[in-house]
Amino acid sequence: MTEQGPQILVIEDDQAIRGVIRSTLEGAGYRVAEAGNCARGLVEAGTRKPDLVILDLGLPDRDGVEFIREMRSWSTKPIIVLSARTEEEQKVAALDEGADDYLAKPFGVAEMLARVRAGLRRAVRSPDSEVATVTFGDVTVDVVNRTVSRAGAPVHLTVVEFRLLAALLAHPGKIVTHRQLLREVWGPAYVEHGHYLRVYMGHLRQKLEALPTRPRHLVTETGVGYRFVP
Amino acid sequence: MHGASSAAGVGSAPANAADARKGGAVLACVGPDTGDEVLHAAARLAGAMGTPWHAVYVETPALARLPDERREAILRRLKSAEDLGATTATVAAQEPAEAVVEHARARHATTLVMGLRPHDTDRRVRFGRGLGERVSAQAPTLVLVRVPAAGDAAAPRRARGEPGPTVRWSRYAWALAICAVATAVAALLFPYLDLANIVMVFLLGVVLAAIRLGRGPAITAVVISVLCFDVFFVPPYFSLAVSNVQYLVTFGVMLVVGVTIAELTARLRYQARVSAYREERAANLFALGRELSGALTTDQVVKKSVPIVEATFRARADVLACHDSGTLAVDEGRARAFDRALAELALGRGEPVGIGSAERPDAPALYMPLKAPMRTRGVLVVRPENPRLLRIPEQRRLVETIATLVAIALERIHYVKVAQQTLLGMESERLRSSLLGALSHDIRTPLTALVGLAETLSMRVATAAPEAAREADQIRDQARRIGQLVENLLEMARLQGGAVKLNHGWQSIEELVGSAIESLGSALDGRPIETDVPATLPLVWCDAVLIERVLANLLENASKYTPPASRIAIAAKEAGDEIVVTVSDEGPGVPRGQEQTIFGKFQRGERESAIPGVGLGLAIARAIVEAHRGRISVENRRDARGEVVGAAFSFTLPLESVPPVEPESAADEADIDFAQPRRGGAPA
Repeated sequence: MTEQGPQILVIEDDQAIRGVIRSTLEGAGYRVAEAGNCARGLVEAGTRKPDLVILDLGLPDRDGVEFIREMRSWSTKPIIVLSARTEEEQKVAALDEGADDYLAKPFGVAEMLARVRAGLRRAVRSPDSEVATVTFGDVTVDVVNRTVSRAGAPVHLTVVEFRLLAALLAHPGKIVTHRQLLREVWGPAYVEHGHYLRVYMGHLRQKLEALPTRPRHLVTETGVGYRFVP
Repeated sequence: MHGASSAAGVGSAPANAADARKGGAVLACVGPDTGDEVLHAAARLAGAMGTPWHAVYVETPALARLPDERREAILRRLKSAEDLGATTATVAAQEPAEAVVEHARARHATTLVMGLRPHDTDRRVRFGRGLGERVSAQAPTLVLVRVPAAGDAAAPRRARGEPGPTVRWSRYAWALAICAVATAVAALLFPYLDLANIVMVFLLGVVLAAIRLGRGPAITAVVISVLCFDVFFVPPYFSLAVSNVQYLVTFGVMLVVGVTIAELTARLRYQARVSAYREERAANLFALGRELSGALTTDQVVKKSVPIVEATFRARADVLACHDSGTLAVDEGRARAFDRALAELALGRGEPVGIGSAERPDAPALYMPLKAPMRTRGVLVVRPENPRLLRIPEQRRLVETIATLVAIALERIHYVKVAQQTLLGMESERLRSSLLGALSHDIRTPLTALVGLAETLSMRVATAAPEAAREADQIRDQARRIGQLVENLLEMARLQGGAVKLNHGWQSIEELVGSAIESLGSALDGRPIETDVPATLPLVWCDAVLIERVLANLLENASKYTPPASRIAIAAKEAGDEIVVTVSDEGPGVPRGQEQTIFGKFQRGERESAIPGVGLGLAIARAIVEAHRGRISVENRRDARGEVVGAAFSFTLPLESVPPVEPESAADEADIDFAQPRRGGAPA
């Protein structure tokens, strides 16, 4: 039974944390491979082809961001990074490089399991991401016809607003960094123009969220980016 | 020959051709007899032509021999030319016409202005042919403007009886001695030599006198020699009767030889003196440059430059360097010959003060500001034995050059210091942050394991031993609190370092309020949170993570000190050039007198209360807000009867002009098939 579950690679230098993660994941029915450093992690990732990687950014031999870059050159499997709350820059660099999600230490195992499940779900769905309509709350988005309705009534979105919404909807549950959104919606010349994002995000929330100050679906990841929560 | 080449140079140089088209510069010739009218004419002419103008004083050996008073008058004339807007220069030369033409060519001057005196039309003037005529002969293309003298009052000629250059009587004595020796030698040789050769002995004496003693003594020697020759060697002996007219030729030749040699020697000596002086000046500048390039401290600059300045100008000198604050560093211990007030004046204005300057020209010293590219670095004080020296434009320029050299050396030292300090600061900042980072990592790692283990345990025994599961949950909660505590302490240490690196960006307060509420989650115990954040609020230039931290800390503080289920309100509004964010609660309010201390470290509203926390939350909030140039404060909210109904914490953030957001183009709008033809009312 256990042999059939998805394989998860844990790259973490601290043995105690690795032990906790392993026992939690195995308890939840996943197969677990471990690595104590980046070099070993790359070998394991190459040979075992894991379905998901949990990566500590503070590895002894190399920067975790380098691991992501290397792995992203041949794999699109989800990567969840572990980092400290205060290390925003490292976190953003990891996400910009292609990591899917992050967990701030100290994290709870329940939270970790939830992120792992979400990551695996996304990975399964991503091949046929051509979803015609996305529904969240009382909002329905017709991605093909580019129309949005809220509680049955049509909502007008400008082109840019719609592009921004679509960029977030394309990766449900995944953090999309500011730079990624700016590049995708406005173009590479705009990656430093963070104010565009704030302004348009404000518009989207005004139009689509019940309480714009307490967004349920278009969630802020402060200092990092945004996340669409279905 | 020379004149012809000069003329060609003036007429055909390409730069000159361009200048000539727009009417090249004007050059005024200043001499001992130049009146103000020449300078005024030149200034007017230059003004009318819209070109710059120059004034030149060609100092010939003859002029160099003028008494000090008259040379001063010339220098004053030059100074007034400078005041009229001219660039001035003093040129030492033998032949003024040549020097003037040379100078005119160098300055691209096409018009020459010089004085015209009645005696200039007379052929008996000092220059033989008038200066103007000689200049015209050398450079026919130069336009020559002669300005008649306004009257002798403007530039008084030397009155009769006025003492000329000091006569050195000892030289005449020497001339007599030479004649005596020549006579004695001639007497010894007389029996053996022809008269024609006896004359040679006297000629030798005259040549010697001319070379060693100058023109006057040489002429004296000629006269005495001819007399002696005539009296002692030409028959009839011991009488002045000139039996043969041919000795007049002897006299004439000796006179011409003597004067010519004296004149040539004087010229050579003058030029040697001038070039020796130039060489000394250059050597001093080289020495100064070399010394200053090796100086590593301000003190060294002062110590190395002062002796060179003193030697160059035969003066007492001092370099007063500025402190970093911009005030003059005056060592009271050194009793120096300068006026501190004048030095401050020069520093303040950035203009020279003292000898030859617009300000206090009567002062005994010159105060030259040390102007470096970035700012004035101090004052160079020069107090020469002879103040006239510093009125000569060349000397003045030399002072300026030295001042610039010293200023640049001082500036270089200043920036070396700045670079060192920056490096030191960076190094200590790097150490500090790596230490904090390591500490935070080392504490977080076991805590993460602890939290994970407690949670796993709790899940394992959830059904079998609910009691144990609850205890495991408590272990997890306590571990998390330790984690938070450590984070707070480290954060405080980081913020206290002074150099907080803010990760600025344009942030929406609405968004930060939302994520702060979200981040607290269960800590709010289900207290209702009211938000009043207008969607139209401008973006704020701040560090999102830190400002969210401020909001979270204020919310956490409110939830800790207020009864369960009481409301917490967050409001933000624009007030002038800042944004005010207020978090108000329905708690007991802040004890009287603690409105300030509550933001201190390890301060809590109630001592030894059961409420958890070490009281770092508000201190951190204050540190962050102040790093953003904002203010944080608290006041109690009162109802109509004046009863305290809660506390209101407010902080401000300065508003800056948000860069514009390009509106979406009409083309973009058009290619979407609208669900509604009109906009949904959202602001663009």
